[in-house]
Amino acid sequence: MRDIRPSGRRDNTRGERKYGLFQVISPSRSAKTGLPLWLLGLGVDRLRTDMSRLLALLFHQGVLDEQFLQLQQLQDGSCPNFVSEVINIYFHESEKLLRNLRGLLSDREFSDYKKMGIHLNQFMGSSSSIGAKRVRNVCVAFRAASEQNNRAGCLRALELLEHEYCYLKNKLHEFFQIEQQRVLAAGVRYPIQN
Amino acid sequence: MGSIATESQFHVLAVDDSLIERKLIERLLKTSSYQVTTVDSGSKALEFLGFHEDDQNYPNQPSVSPNNRQEMEVDLIITDYCMPGMTGYDLLKKIKESSSLRNIPVVIMSSENVRTRIRRCLEEGAEEFFLKPVQLSDVNRLRPHMMKAKYKDHQEPPKQQVEEKSEVEMSIQSQQEEDELPHEQHQQQPQAQGSSNNKRKALEEGLSPDRKRPRYSGLTVV
Repeated sequence: MRDIRPSGRRDNTRGERKYGLFQVISPSRSAKTGLPLWLLGLGVDRLRTDMSRLLALLFHQGVLDEQFLQLQQLQDGSCPNFVSEVINIYFHESEKLLRNLRGLLSDREFSDYKKMGIHLNQFMGSSSSIGAKRVRNVCVAFRAASEQNNRAGCLRALELLEHEYCYLKNKLHEFFQIEQQRVLAAGVRYPIQN
Repeated sequence: MGSIATESQFHVLAVDDSLIERKLIERLLKTSSYQVTTVDSGSKALEFLGFHEDDQNYPNQPSVSPNNRQEMEVDLIITDYCMPGMTGYDLLKKIKESSSLRNIPVVIMSSENVRTRIRRCLEEGAEEFFLKPVQLSDVNRLRPHMMKAKYKDHQEPPKQQVEEKSEVEMSIQSQQEEDELPHEQHQQQPQAQGSSNNKRKALEEGLSPDRKRPRYSGLTVV
């Protein structure tokens, strides 16, 4: 049986949010995927399953916790991009914090653990707010090392933090990609009236 | 549960130095049909409120003079505790010391469950203390405070004001979204922090794993 999911990686490679809802009313072939639109519409359920599966995996791994679901519940018709907006802010801020932390620790003479603590508190807070449980937990351990002025421990924690953050970011990108496809496909089945 | 005023009339000022937190709290409040203004510091909050140092010296003065009239009436202030410069606690103090602002209910948010911190805030006059991440069920608790403040001249609430006390024994109707026990107690087990049911409301005695919500205000029923 043919896989009716929008094919390949030749469409949304960068996770940009171009829903291209105009495709609903354009000629019968989707410009992006080359699939007939009616086939795209049938992929909605499959995509929804994929999203659920991915989320379930991330929950199981402890990467995300229920706070992420709370975020989703806050998204609705009046604020349809809420989750991705918040997550994008999180990415932006987190990368800045990671750069700062890396910068502090690359200095051999480093001693400003208080400053490090401030960065970590910020990182912990934002991670906790979006449900990034594992990242937050690493921050907790990192902060403990920092409070003991343990530079080696901090370096190890930073490595781990960068790793966890990377994993989270990749997974969330994947999640949003699937969601985009789902929205597009759902738009085909239920063309948006407004 | 008929409300006297429609929810959309309540205006909340949210204060937090973190952009993500501001986005979150704004969304939570808007979802609950409140008007929201967010600012990123205590000093900006005071500016928005039209605060003047002079207010402290004249406690009996009518609330506003033309120079410090607020742009918009604020029905509740919700502020983060940990902020650079002026902390949420400092902001709370300034508000309570101001003759024009002291009647506005203030709620503190914090990511850390520190008993002394909570006690200080409540003693200084904060209505509630929320643990972050703040959730919809927390925001649902705000309206009674705003109603009480707004209609304080028209109806005397029959219940006792217990804002000064840090321990309250009250029975509370559970919120519709909560799956908590119908009656709350304040004598809790030693806290079980970091439980997977992430407890957001801190207690004097510690956290309960069952997500019970302590009440530090004088309200009985929502």
